[in-house]
Amino acid sequence: MALLKFKEQVMEMTSGRSVLETLLEHGQDIPNGCRAGACQSCMMQVTRGSVPERAQRGLKETHKLKGLFLACSCHPDEDIDICLPDSEQFKVPATVHRLIERSGDVVELQLKMEQEFEYHAGQFVTLWRDAHLSRSYSLTTMPKSDNILSFHIRRIEGGAFSSWVHNELQPGEQLLVQGPAGDCFYVPGNASQNLLLVGTGTGLAPLIGIIQDALHNGHSGEIHLVHGALHHSGLYYHSELKNLAATQANVHYHPCVLKQTEDLPDEIKLASVNDVVTDIVAKPEGWKAYLCGDPDLVAKLRKQIFLAGCDMKNIYSDPFLPSQN
Amino acid sequence: MSIPTLYERLGGEAAVDAAVEIFYRKVLSDDRVNEFFDGVDMEAQISKQKGFLTMVFGGPNEYTGKDMRDGHKHLVARGLNDSHVDCIIELLGATLTELGAAETDIEEVAKIANSVRDDVLNR
Repeated sequence: MALLKFKEQVMEMTSGRSVLETLLEHGQDIPNGCRAGACQSCMMQVTRGSVPERAQRGLKETHKLKGLFLACSCHPDEDIDICLPDSEQFKVPATVHRLIERSGDVVELQLKMEQEFEYHAGQFVTLWRDAHLSRSYSLTTMPKSDNILSFHIRRIEGGAFSSWVHNELQPGEQLLVQGPAGDCFYVPGNASQNLLLVGTGTGLAPLIGIIQDALHNGHSGEIHLVHGALHHSGLYYHSELKNLAATQANVHYHPCVLKQTEDLPDEIKLASVNDVVTDIVAKPEGWKAYLCGDPDLVAKLRKQIFLAGCDMKNIYSDPFLPSQN
Repeated sequence: MSIPTLYERLGGEAAVDAAVEIFYRKVLSDDRVNEFFDGVDMEAQISKQKGFLTMVFGGPNEYTGKDMRDGHKHLVARGLNDSHVDCIIELLGATLTELGAAETDIEEVAKIANSVRDDVLNR
């Protein structure tokens, strides 16, 4: 088995264990989040030897060349020396611009970047409170000259990061931004294609950015947005999206909830997102679909839409993986 | 000019691309076999299916009997048997019919698929 050297300590890799798991088992303090190769919180650097290609999946070419890799996805075939990289290589500072309370325990966090930050609407970044605590959030904005990035952050019961944002964070404070990552974004070149965007909870966030980007690129096909929540209050962007649909002829907004409440307006359907999707389009042949939010639901929708006739290459998804630490 | 091979007659890589999603959709919709595909990563599965279709279409492939055995061992343990292989071959035929392949070519594809039956079933 390959040997791992970190901070003068040599550890033996065991079958099936990732570099991250091995380091944590040996008592090393390594930042990490999703442990599934998405959030990039466990980025490390190889200083001797090389890591398998899979450990660098999703990283920028420049980072790959520097030997950066994801410890959670790394199962080396050879002995390697590794270190925690200088964070300035991949994290940039940002200042809290505004915090806007939304319904359904969601706060909209706006960050002002000090320098231009390149990304595609719909991608996600990892936000760092300090060297130890990080979480990934989808960008809900598209790149603009004001250099403001916006995120929808739902309060998670007992969640270290979301509690900090909801209870303590104030405008003017600083945090660090890593990324962007993810391939769930709008690609220009097929302006008349019909788009289906489905999100539950804050799975809505990247979809808002994708719609803005599509409209900015002159998208002329129909754009159907389905936002699902458990309760009425979870449709935290309802009035904004109603306005958007009222002013853009090709944008259609389909809000739906699973639980009946007395104040439920007629315009909100009591139905699952799966049923609403079937009502919108029984055969999504030639459509492009964007699916974001709860991982189980995203997996089910992918299968449903594929079986209904959508090509796999036209299905983009961003399952929101829960943090593992 | 040489006589076109089965793979060339079917349309080569483009035919595999056209067939893979139709075939996989049929497999996932068929209650006789879809339990074996529960919980698998669909995108990874599609690339595996491409490899499989390339092989049974008589195209270039690097499949070995050992790959077939190792890749299906856990499914045999879950009850994979001849009836499931029959079903897959039937769905393969239906896919090719839908794409307008000749009956004789479909028979040839079924013959290649049958040739790996014992490896798949770890016999």
